[in-house]
Amino acid sequence: MSENDWPLFEVFIRSRAGLEHKHAGSLHAADARMAIEHARDVYTRRQEGVSLWVVRSADIVASDPEEADALFEPARDKVYRHPTFYAIPDEVKNL
Amino acid sequence: MSATAPAAGERTGPERAAHCRYVLRLADTSLVLGQRLAEWIGHAPALEEDLGLANLSLDLIGQARLLLTYAGELEGAGRDEDALAFLRDAPEFMNLTLAEQPNGDFAHTIVRQWLIDTWQLEIYATLEHSSDVRLGAIAAKAIRETRYHQRFSSGWLVRLGDGTPESHERTQRALDELWRFTPELFTPDEIDEHMSAVGIAPALPQLAPRWSARVGEDLRAATLTPPATPPYPWHGKRGVHSEHLGHLLAEMQHLQRTYPGARW
Repeated sequence: MSENDWPLFEVFIRSRAGLEHKHAGSLHAADARMAIEHARDVYTRRQEGVSLWVVRSADIVASDPEEADALFEPARDKVYRHPTFYAIPDEVKNL
Repeated sequence: MSATAPAAGERTGPERAAHCRYVLRLADTSLVLGQRLAEWIGHAPALEEDLGLANLSLDLIGQARLLLTYAGELEGAGRDEDALAFLRDAPEFMNLTLAEQPNGDFAHTIVRQWLIDTWQLEIYATLEHSSDVRLGAIAAKAIRETRYHQRFSSGWLVRLGDGTPESHERTQRALDELWRFTPELFTPDEIDEHMSAVGIAPALPQLAPRWSARVGEDLRAATLTPPATPPYPWHGKRGVHSEHLGHLLAEMQHLQRTYPGARW
């Protein structure tokens, strides 16, 4: 058996309680249980996390790079969508 | 040493020697099994398994270090963990005979691992409450590692046993070959009985049914058939080993034997 026979999984790690899971990388595993064990062994050896998610890479729906212009370019000139675009009145102490 | 074992103050020489030997058995089983797993590094079926087996190996060697250090203190002859690991000959090693069996194919390694993981699970769970607080603390650390080890190895046992016809056949063959070493796991000798009587170690016959239940459950899930229990008792824990331990030690001890005192 070669690892190429095993499906690819994406690994997400929550580094501390209260933080979100972040993508850490990917690995091959025969099934979900093995994927969790591999993720533990490969990505949390140095106390990187307290919780793991694994997702079959095939189950992730990704945007098409070909469509990047259509999807993301239009946001480029909408600077007013950033809070830093607005001058904050001196009276506002906490925002 | 040593105020950690409650009775240490007024204990006699032979009692202390038995205590030392009991700790050495635990230490050597972890050390030898850890060394066996380390032989897989660079050869495992997948990169992820390579790291997984290395992690198990490091856990086991870490347990061995704590236990060997303690055994050296109980012995009181000035031998530290390195002296005990690298400068003893095979008859002085007290590991279970099962631990020293060669890796064979991946199924062999998994079956050996799973049998010992399941054994350590019962042993450490009881030792955690030992009257020997030092041993109890080591067991408390080891049991957390062992729970993962057993999860890992039982997962593979089921995956292989209940996998393809070839993986099933190989796993059953490994089980048939390694099962003969299992009577040693729970057959007490006078040291086990003495350590149990003074509240340091578990009573092995009481743990055996729990081990059998868990092993039976995993075997059913893996669609594997338990072989008949063989009559021949191995005595690795008394220093009587199969032919494989000498080769393992030759490799493990080579550097310290050739360059005594070498550090890196």
